[in-house]
Amino acid sequence: MRQKILELLEFNGKLTAKEIAVMLALPVDQVAKEIAAMEQEKIILRYHTLINWEKAGAEEVAALIDVKVTPQQDVGFDEIAARIYRYPEVKSVFLMSGSYDLSVLVQGKNLKEVATFVSQKLATLEHVQSTVTHFILKRYKQDGVIFEDQEADRRQVVQL
Amino acid sequence: MTITCGFDAQRYINPVVKNLPPSGIRRFFDLVANTPGVISLGVGEPDFVTPWHIREACVRSLERGYTMYTSNYGLPELRRAIADYLEERFALNYDPQKQIMVTIGASEAVDLALRALISPGDEVLIPEPCYVSYKPITHMAGGIPVTVPTTMKDEFQLTASLLEKYITPRTKILILCFPNNPTGAVLKDCEMEAIAALVKKYNLLVISDEIYAELRYDGPPRSFAAIPGMQERTILVSGFSKAFAMTGWRVGYIAAHPDFLAAMVKIHQYTILCAPVMGQMAALEALRNGRQDVERMVAEYDRRRRLVVSRLREMGLECFEPRGAFYVFPSIKVTGMTSTEFAEALLKEEKVAVVPGTAFGNGGEGFIRCSYATSLAELTEAMNRMERFVARRLAFKDRAVAHA
Repeated sequence: MRQKILELLEFNGKLTAKEIAVMLALPVDQVAKEIAAMEQEKIILRYHTLINWEKAGAEEVAALIDVKVTPQQDVGFDEIAARIYRYPEVKSVFLMSGSYDLSVLVQGKNLKEVATFVSQKLATLEHVQSTVTHFILKRYKQDGVIFEDQEADRRQVVQL
Repeated sequence: MTITCGFDAQRYINPVVKNLPPSGIRRFFDLVANTPGVISLGVGEPDFVTPWHIREACVRSLERGYTMYTSNYGLPELRRAIADYLEERFALNYDPQKQIMVTIGASEAVDLALRALISPGDEVLIPEPCYVSYKPITHMAGGIPVTVPTTMKDEFQLTASLLEKYITPRTKILILCFPNNPTGAVLKDCEMEAIAALVKKYNLLVISDEIYAELRYDGPPRSFAAIPGMQERTILVSGFSKAFAMTGWRVGYIAAHPDFLAAMVKIHQYTILCAPVMGQMAALEALRNGRQDVERMVAEYDRRRRLVVSRLREMGLECFEPRGAFYVFPSIKVTGMTSTEFAEALLKEEKVAVVPGTAFGNGGEGFIRCSYATSLAELTEAMNRMERFVARRLAFKDRAVAHA
């Protein structure tokens, strides 16, 4: 049941417990209880809104940074990852397999802000060996949502 | 521009076509077309775009030069795949060489079946409410449509006892469409068997339009042809439009007795020749690798179905819970309006398009058809608007009663 509730909420966080209950043919109070429990257990972390900032006219620069680090004894990559993710400029951090260790998504108001963060804060951290910065030029699809306006309903209004 | 130089074009028109009952909702369609910003629940097709791998198969086929005619019966590999699918899903055995033909959608398939089988004056039983085409194409084929009314009280079930009342010595064909457009009803197994017994008893044939077969919410699909003794009496009609979100591709098929198919292919070859090869290539990919797409879409329709039925009932409209297809057919009798009045006023006041029930036969009066093949967000907004509309009507009716 949790899985089905989560699938619906992941796609549309605005759904009410009542609507979910109807769609899954479950009692409302049970759905509400499960949602509350999953919030408590940090399974549901946040009700997220995916915004096309470019369309909203906001200036924003984002970069994906490949970070090579020296793992530390006992704590491995966790401690250095924690140091990185605490910066408010950092939107996400992933531990990666392959040619680098951490993938860090950094967001700033402009190119200079992101560059300054990388060169002065991230690259200078102890245990960080190197960084490679990739600026995001355009978002085509994020969290399963296509950003272009190509998904318009092309059907005729009435069709039997 | 209308030509008015005394030339009487009307006198040349085939009287059968001329006398076809005009569509009672033509005016409504025009109204919809001229209303901007409408949320449409009037659409009889999936809101999903054809899955990408199916579209890609078509693109690839074009790149490889598939631009020619196919056999009149259709691409041999597609017919083979259809036969395999019918065996796997319905336990039906058809010879792909002689018993399967690819058509321009299921609509052509029904037309071919009626034209190949009807002799002038033959009666065709059509349970109502039904898809809009059955009666006109029966007329065009020279047959006489005999409608058999089903009601919401009986969950829009067609029963053998009801059906038997309409059988005469001239009855030849019964058209079935389950899951049903517009009601979403599905024939219960026991009724299917009772109807099959009747079909045998009166030596009838069945055209079973199973275009919505995959869109069922209460169990696996079942074909009328799979009932013992029915395969030779059934012209199974289906296609790719609804299950695979392939409406615009116009690919359907017929599975039938070799003699019936040989008769139908004559009409097909002299009129259509063959279905477009690119659509057939896409359909082949759909059958081979599209199972998961269907499951994903059906799960989504199912969730929307529950939500819409619940909302309609909350706003005071009596509503049968559909078991298949992607339509609900609520009663709007409580508002005191006719189907057309309701649909027109809802469109004008709240910009929501639904189809008046009368489009599906006289038995549809007092009902509207809402398609839930629309995104959840649009559907929710449409329900909010409809709720406001119905509340206003009911309050108005209450006031009128109080004054009286």
